[in-house]
Amino acid sequence: MTRIPEIFETLEYGPAPESAQPAREWLEAHGTRFGHFIGGSWTSPEASDLFPVHNPAKDEVLAHVAQGSGGDVDAAVAAARAAQPAWEALGPHGRARHLYALARGIQKHARLFAVLESMNNGKPIRESRDLDIPLVARHFYHHAGWAQLMDRELPGYGAVGVVGQIIPWNFPLLMLAWKVAPALAMGNTVVLKPAEFTPLTALLFAEMAARAGLPEGVLNVVTGDGATGAALVAHEGVDKIAFTGSTEVGRIIREATAGSGKRLSLELGGKSPFVVFDDADLDSVVEGVVDAIWFNQGQVCCAGSRILVQEGVAEGLERKLRARMETLRMGDPLDKSVDMGAIVAPVQLERIRSLVEEGKAEGAKVWQPTWAVPSEGCFYPPTLCTSVAPADTLAQVEIFGPVVVMMSFRTPDEAVMLANDTRFGLAASVWSENINLALDVAPRIKAGTVWVNCTNLFDAASGFGGYRESGFGREGGKEGLWEYVKSGWEGTSPAGANAVVEGPPAPGATPGPGAGTPSSVPAIDSTAKLYIGGKQVRPDAEGSLPVHGAGGVLLGEVGSGNRKDVRNAVEAATKAQPSWAGRTAHNRAQILYYLAENLEHRAEEFTRRLTAFSGVEEAARQEVETTLSRLFSYAAWADKWDGRVHATPFRNVTLAMREPIGVMGGVCPDVHPLLGFVSVVAPLIAMGNTAVVIPSETAPLLATDLYQVLETSDVPGGVVNIVTGLRREVVPTLADHDGVDGVWYFGSAEGSADVEKRSTGNMKRTWVSHGHAVDWMDSTSGEGAVYLREATQIKNIWIPYGE
Amino acid sequence: MKRMESDARDRARAPHPRSQHAPTGAGSRNPGIALDTGWVRNVRVNRSAVERRTATLSARRSVKKEWQAAWLLRAITCMDLTTLAGDDTPGRVRRLCAKAMQPVRKDLLDALGMADRTLTVGAVCVYHEMVSTAVAELHGSGIPVAAVSTGFPHGLSPLPQKLDEIRASVAAGATEIDIVISRRHALTGDWNALYDEVQAYRDACGDAHLKTILATGELATLRNVERASLVCMMAGADFIKTSTGKESENAILPVGLTMVRAIRAYAERTGYQVGFKPAGGIRTAKESLAWLTLMKEELGIGWTDPHRFRFGASSLLADIERQLEHHVTGRYSALHRHPAA
Repeated sequence: MTRIPEIFETLEYGPAPESAQPAREWLEAHGTRFGHFIGGSWTSPEASDLFPVHNPAKDEVLAHVAQGSGGDVDAAVAAARAAQPAWEALGPHGRARHLYALARGIQKHARLFAVLESMNNGKPIRESRDLDIPLVARHFYHHAGWAQLMDRELPGYGAVGVVGQIIPWNFPLLMLAWKVAPALAMGNTVVLKPAEFTPLTALLFAEMAARAGLPEGVLNVVTGDGATGAALVAHEGVDKIAFTGSTEVGRIIREATAGSGKRLSLELGGKSPFVVFDDADLDSVVEGVVDAIWFNQGQVCCAGSRILVQEGVAEGLERKLRARMETLRMGDPLDKSVDMGAIVAPVQLERIRSLVEEGKAEGAKVWQPTWAVPSEGCFYPPTLCTSVAPADTLAQVEIFGPVVVMMSFRTPDEAVMLANDTRFGLAASVWSENINLALDVAPRIKAGTVWVNCTNLFDAASGFGGYRESGFGREGGKEGLWEYVKSGWEGTSPAGANAVVEGPPAPGATPGPGAGTPSSVPAIDSTAKLYIGGKQVRPDAEGSLPVHGAGGVLLGEVGSGNRKDVRNAVEAATKAQPSWAGRTAHNRAQILYYLAENLEHRAEEFTRRLTAFSGVEEAARQEVETTLSRLFSYAAWADKWDGRVHATPFRNVTLAMREPIGVMGGVCPDVHPLLGFVSVVAPLIAMGNTAVVIPSETAPLLATDLYQVLETSDVPGGVVNIVTGLRREVVPTLADHDGVDGVWYFGSAEGSADVEKRSTGNMKRTWVSHGHAVDWMDSTSGEGAVYLREATQIKNIWIPYGE
Repeated sequence: MKRMESDARDRARAPHPRSQHAPTGAGSRNPGIALDTGWVRNVRVNRSAVERRTATLSARRSVKKEWQAAWLLRAITCMDLTTLAGDDTPGRVRRLCAKAMQPVRKDLLDALGMADRTLTVGAVCVYHEMVSTAVAELHGSGIPVAAVSTGFPHGLSPLPQKLDEIRASVAAGATEIDIVISRRHALTGDWNALYDEVQAYRDACGDAHLKTILATGELATLRNVERASLVCMMAGADFIKTSTGKESENAILPVGLTMVRAIRAYAERTGYQVGFKPAGGIRTAKESLAWLTLMKEELGIGWTDPHRFRFGASSLLADIERQLEHHVTGRYSALHRHPAA
């Protein structure tokens, strides 16, 4: 009996299932049991080492995979290490061919990948078919291009080596692509640990890659839980860790890798604002919310989970959203007509439930559609929470589910303030038909990606990554490549006179030839204070430290800074930062040139001072000369380190803007007390950061002598703050400080490790020397692009256009 | 100062006398409201966002098997079967009318379980000269005759002549009049003039339903489309329609979504439910499903029957017939297996 007459009346939607058959056949072909993929072949795990992998929509076990042990990680790292030299030596074109083949392989088996992804993760087949998998292919194509162009676009850079990559369960194959494609393109080899819940497409990918001819050991997949990931992070044979996941785990990884010299990139959590001004196209805003928070069941790190709406249109938007929620369809992820599928696992479902319950208890009004969610499997309905205050749990905590909160604002300034009222900074969405307003607000929101009148758009050509506790490093675009390369001189100490590993000063060290205090040096006033907020201030503890020159001669005294002095310096730097960053680059350049000009007036005095420390006048003269040149370099760079417009495949402009990181700590090397100081401070302030600087501990007088130069050069108060004192007293406070956005540390290996460890409080960016000396006199390693990159972070602003 | 005068004129424009009547369900008409230029000027349409929505709309909803057959049958009932060619003759129109009354082969209807239904298209749409032929041919079928009017397709005839044309078609038995708006009023932002024009057409229609063709392909922007949609509804349009089929750009989903959102906004604010007719270039069964999906998703089930939704189409039916036969036999069909229109 046909149902056509009935459907003709009701115009209901029917089932539209995508067949699970190809995925099931692939699983069956493996006996639904998988070992790790190491060195080009499958391992054969013991039955006791297997754990089940589920389909969250059906309470069904899809397969069993292996729990990776320390031994498995050893084997995988060894395979990757063995394969790396040949892979890098294959050269740009050879690797480009392989990446191209991987892109083609994805496309050839697109449906199988999509179905398997939806079965394992619970995401609707429409999303895996139309978004995840096409983006995966695009990522490999794009990076095939970067492999091809590496020699020309990144001259002087090589692979980092063996990379350990740990990816989450929300976009299993897409996150694999974001990690694997740039790593392989730049000549690295990879040990990948997919998420415990969703390892299947990574295993399929490894098999496909091998079939496509990827050499053995270039890509290794080790499955398992957090313990496997921890073993990979701790492994001494790994040169870099790239992680995407929760801020909580990111913090553990930062701590575990501190001092190891491993490179680290982290893409962590978010609580991204979705800002709606009263001149927005509200119907389009509603669809934007659908894409922001009900895409992938809200299990998206950059999900727009905080709607901030201008008060006058708040009621209308809420009404429209509630109506729209009614027409969302939820069900079998393999049904082509569903908008929302299943939550990845019961534990995640429980977390969402309990957070919403907590929200209710705190007074939130919770709206859910009238339709019922499927009774079998892990499903949670789309949820809109109103009557929420910024302090409430639902407004603060990353829920990682289909739950959005809505709050209102009155003015653009208030919108920016509320948008930034979070520890995270991954993404934001701004809705307005007024380009002046949108382009005013977008740069003021602290987030790595800002979408104007759109949301959750991704492309391989545009870097993705966070500000603040959302992590550091970018994935995609040229900016993403830097995570996977290192320059020839990085991590090595230069040969020659400067090859001094930083460490505590050796009191009474043998002075060089011509040592001794020249009799012509005038008596020095020895009451150098600290320099904070543009003023010379007495140290909080009202104590001083003696400063010795060559031959142990007492040259003077400097203020002994303590934690309160650091606090005050950070306060001053924080206050000065917005207006300093708001100045034109031209203006910052002028100030740097003026600094050089005023320093040159006193070149003789600084030369004498340096000579007093080193005893070598010629070296001192050269250091002053080089310092002047360095100031000129960063003055020159100030208005030239500009961004890009990415060629993303949409009708839009994707602006990759370089923004200052904010308030930066700069711990200067002991050697080259003048040049080292300027080499740290000049790039930071040229880019619009303000700095709290800890000068050379052994020769701080070069920094304190600069106070007057700074004052006469129109450097605004608070832009450069100088705290002299013992490193062990002041550096920990600086590295701990949650108001400091980043720290550069040039010093010992132990000090470097300590700074990295302490950075986890607010996940500040760190750049440390691990005890390696830098050849400051050298214009390749002592200045330039690396410093500028470390002084900035890239924000991508997506601006679709078309009337 | 000029602005103030203009606003004063707005206020002077009384809503149509019929606006006293509350809407009374599916068959009720839109009496119109006073021109609200503030509303018209405040329209916001973000084209990129609209296009993203329409790009995913069909991908989000897939109707297969029996559902597809049922939806296609529904699409037929919403079809304004149309011939608007310079070489139309009474014989051609009679053939079209026969097709309108029996759009699907009887054996197929039987196989689809629809044997006991009278399945017809929504209307037959012709030029004025062909109205009397169509009316005579469709007598007793209940299928309305729609006439394109007012100097179709350009709409540049003198106004009195255009009004006479409407009256003549109504007198000849047309119960639906598809008028074309003066695009220049929309392009110059002269909403008062557009409002007056459409209101005059509405008066000339009497009891015949008024469908206003915006010729969106000539309105340049989606904002203009939404503004013109609102003004036509304010002036009393029963349907708003995309295109004449003669513009270089036909009915496309982003335009449709914009118009449908205007219909929703108007219904929310006034309570009057205005119909929507995409026309021009809709040739495949798949496209008809996309349009039906748009209506169901954005406006709800109440906007998926011929009282509130029509396709203007001439070759769409033939493709739907083939798809229906494919559903019945499992084999792909051919055009010549279905009676010509």
